[in-house]
Amino acid sequence: MDILQILSNTAAQILSPTTIGFVLAAIGLAVHFGFTGLLNMGVAGFMAVGAYGFAISILTFGLPWWVAALIGIAAAVVFALILGIPTLRLRGDYLAVVTIAAAEVVRLLFLTTAFRTVTGSADGLSGFHTDFRASNPLPNFSGNVGFGPWTYSRDQWWVIIIGVAVVIVVLLFVWALMRSPWGRVIKGIREDEDAVRALGKNVFSFKMQALVVGGVIIALGGIVTAMGTNVNPNVYVTSQTFYIWTALLLGGAATIFGPVLGAVLFWVVRAFLSNILPALVNIGVLPFLSGEQSQMLVFVLIGLALMLLVIFRPQGILGNRKELTFVK
Amino acid sequence: MSSEPTAAVGRAKSTGLHTGDVRPGVAKVDPILVADGVKRQFGGLTAVDVDHVEIPRHAITALIGPNGAGKTTFFNLLTGFDKPNEGEWSFNGRSLNGVPAFRVARMGLVRTFQLTKALGLLTVLDNMKLGATHQRGERFWSSFLPFLWRKQDGETEAKARDLLVRFKLDAKSADFAASLSGGQRKLLEMARALMGDPELVMLDEPMAGVNPALTESLLEHILDLKDQGMTVLFVEHDMHMVRHIADWVIVMAEGRVVAEGPPDTVMKEQAVIDAYLGAHQDVDLGVVTGRVKGEHTAAEQELLEQIEDAEGVGE
Repeated sequence: MDILQILSNTAAQILSPTTIGFVLAAIGLAVHFGFTGLLNMGVAGFMAVGAYGFAISILTFGLPWWVAALIGIAAAVVFALILGIPTLRLRGDYLAVVTIAAAEVVRLLFLTTAFRTVTGSADGLSGFHTDFRASNPLPNFSGNVGFGPWTYSRDQWWVIIIGVAVVIVVLLFVWALMRSPWGRVIKGIREDEDAVRALGKNVFSFKMQALVVGGVIIALGGIVTAMGTNVNPNVYVTSQTFYIWTALLLGGAATIFGPVLGAVLFWVVRAFLSNILPALVNIGVLPFLSGEQSQMLVFVLIGLALMLLVIFRPQGILGNRKELTFVK
Repeated sequence: MSSEPTAAVGRAKSTGLHTGDVRPGVAKVDPILVADGVKRQFGGLTAVDVDHVEIPRHAITALIGPNGAGKTTFFNLLTGFDKPNEGEWSFNGRSLNGVPAFRVARMGLVRTFQLTKALGLLTVLDNMKLGATHQRGERFWSSFLPFLWRKQDGETEAKARDLLVRFKLDAKSADFAASLSGGQRKLLEMARALMGDPELVMLDEPMAGVNPALTESLLEHILDLKDQGMTVLFVEHDMHMVRHIADWVIVMAEGRVVAEGPPDTVMKEQAVIDAYLGAHQDVDLGVVTGRVKGEHTAAEQELLEQIEDAEGVGE
C-alpha cells in the first residue's frame, strides 16, 4: 500500500474543478438555507442549468466562453423565478418538494434522446473548451507544473485560477450582503417570516431575491465544473444535492466560510476513503469486502457522518455554539 | 419594578369618545379604524361576522371575549394576515381591502402576536433594528454600498438603544433573542413594533404568560403609548387589566360584537356577562355531567333540562 500516493491523490482533490464547483454550490445553498431558511432540495438542478447553459451556448450557438457563462447565470435566474413564483408564498416544505421535482425534470430533459443534437443525451457534452483555453493568459509551458501534489497542466491551472477567483468574489459578495440591513431582513425571515411581515417588509420579494442570488451562485458552481470537465447528466442526480447538503452542514450553514471548509473537507475525506479502502482490501485488512464493495462503503460512511453531524453538531464546524439551526 | 400597583389607575381615562347612544357599532368622534360587514368563514364555521365597529383615536381600546370569539381572527383580518370573505375596512380613511400585511404595517398599523415571535437567532439589537421602516440598506443593490446606508443605520441603532433602555432590555442587547424569558420577549416584541413609529399599535394578548411584576411594567408601557399620541387596540382575557387601562371596551362573542362602551358600564351589561363568563357561570359542570356526586341546585337542574331538550331535538 502506497500511503504517500494516497495522501497525494487526496491533497490534489483540494484544487480540482469539481471541488471548486462544489464549494460554490455549497455557498449558494448557504444563502438559501443557512441565511434565508429556504429548503432548496434541487441544488443539482441549479448546477445542471448553469453547466448546460454554458456548454450549449458554446456548442450550439458558437458564443465566446464568457458570454456563455453569462447565459448560464441568466438561465439560473429564470429557473429560480419559475420555482419561486408559485412556491414562495406557501410554507417552506412546499419549496423543498417542488425543487427536488424540478431538479429531476431538468436532469431528465437533458437526458432524453429527443434533444440529442443539443444536449448530447446520456453522453453529455464535451469539446466546448477550445475558446476558454485559448483565452488562457498564462505563459506557454508543456507538461505539469506546480509543487507537491498540486501539479497541473496549463489548461487545468487556468480553470483553477478562474474558479478560485470566482470563489473569492462570491465570498466577498455574500459577506457584504449578510452584514447589511438586507441580510438582517433575510435572517429575520429565516426565524419567523410573519414577524418580519408585521414589521412592514415585503417577505415574498426578499425570499425571491435570496432564491435568485443563491441559485446564481450554485449555477456558477456548475459552470466552473463544466470549464474543467465534460458535462454529463449523470452528475446532476439527487445524491449530488445531498452531498452538497452534507458539505454545508459539515461546515456550518449560517456562516460565510463554513460551506467552503465543509465542501473541501467533504471532498478530501471522500477522496481519502475511496483511495484507502480499496488499498486496505488489497492488502487483506478488510477480508469481508471486495474492491467494488469498498467503493460503496464510502457512501455508507458519508451517510453515517451526515446523521452523526446533524445529531451531535447541528451548527457545523464553524457555526456558533448558540446557533443551532435545527433546534428551535 | 418601576411603579406601584396603583400607578396604572392613576392616569386619567379618555372620555367622550363616542357620539349618540352606547351600543354595538356606535359611531366615534374621531375613528382611526373602521370595519364594515367584515365576515370570515372557515368552511361552515363563521369565525368573524362584524357588522360595524369603529376604533377611537388616541385611546386604549380593549377587545375582549371568550376563547373562540374570533378576536385573533379579527386581528388577522384587520392587519392583512388573513382575507375576509366579504367586507370593507379602512385605516385613517384609506381602504385596507386587499392591501398585503407588509403594506398595512408601513401605513402605520403595527401588530404583535399572541404567540410571541421574537426572532430567536438574531440579537436583541438586530431584532429592534429590523423594526425600522424605509431602510435604504434593505434594497438589494444598495446593500453593497455601505456609504448609502451607514448613517441611517446609525440613527436606527441609536433609536433602538433608547427604546431598549425604556423597556429595560439594554443589558440584553447583544444576546440572542432566544435567550430571553417569555415576558422579556413580550417586551421586545412591543418595543420592536415601536421602531416603525406606528399610529395604531395592535397587541394580541400582551399579558398572556407574563408574571404579575412584569405585567405591571407592561401596563405602564401601554399607557405610555397613549401619552405619546399612539392609539392602542389590545386583546386581553384579564378583566382587571382591562378595567385598569382601557378607555373603551369592545366585547366579541361567537364572531360578533355583542357590546361596547366605557369599561365600567360595559362590564355590567348582561350580554357581556353571558358572553364572557357564560350564562351558567355559577353551575358546577362536574356535578352536571355526573362526574362529581352532589345535589343539583336549581340552576343546574335547569341546565340539565335544557341539555336533555337539545338532545331530544337532535334525535
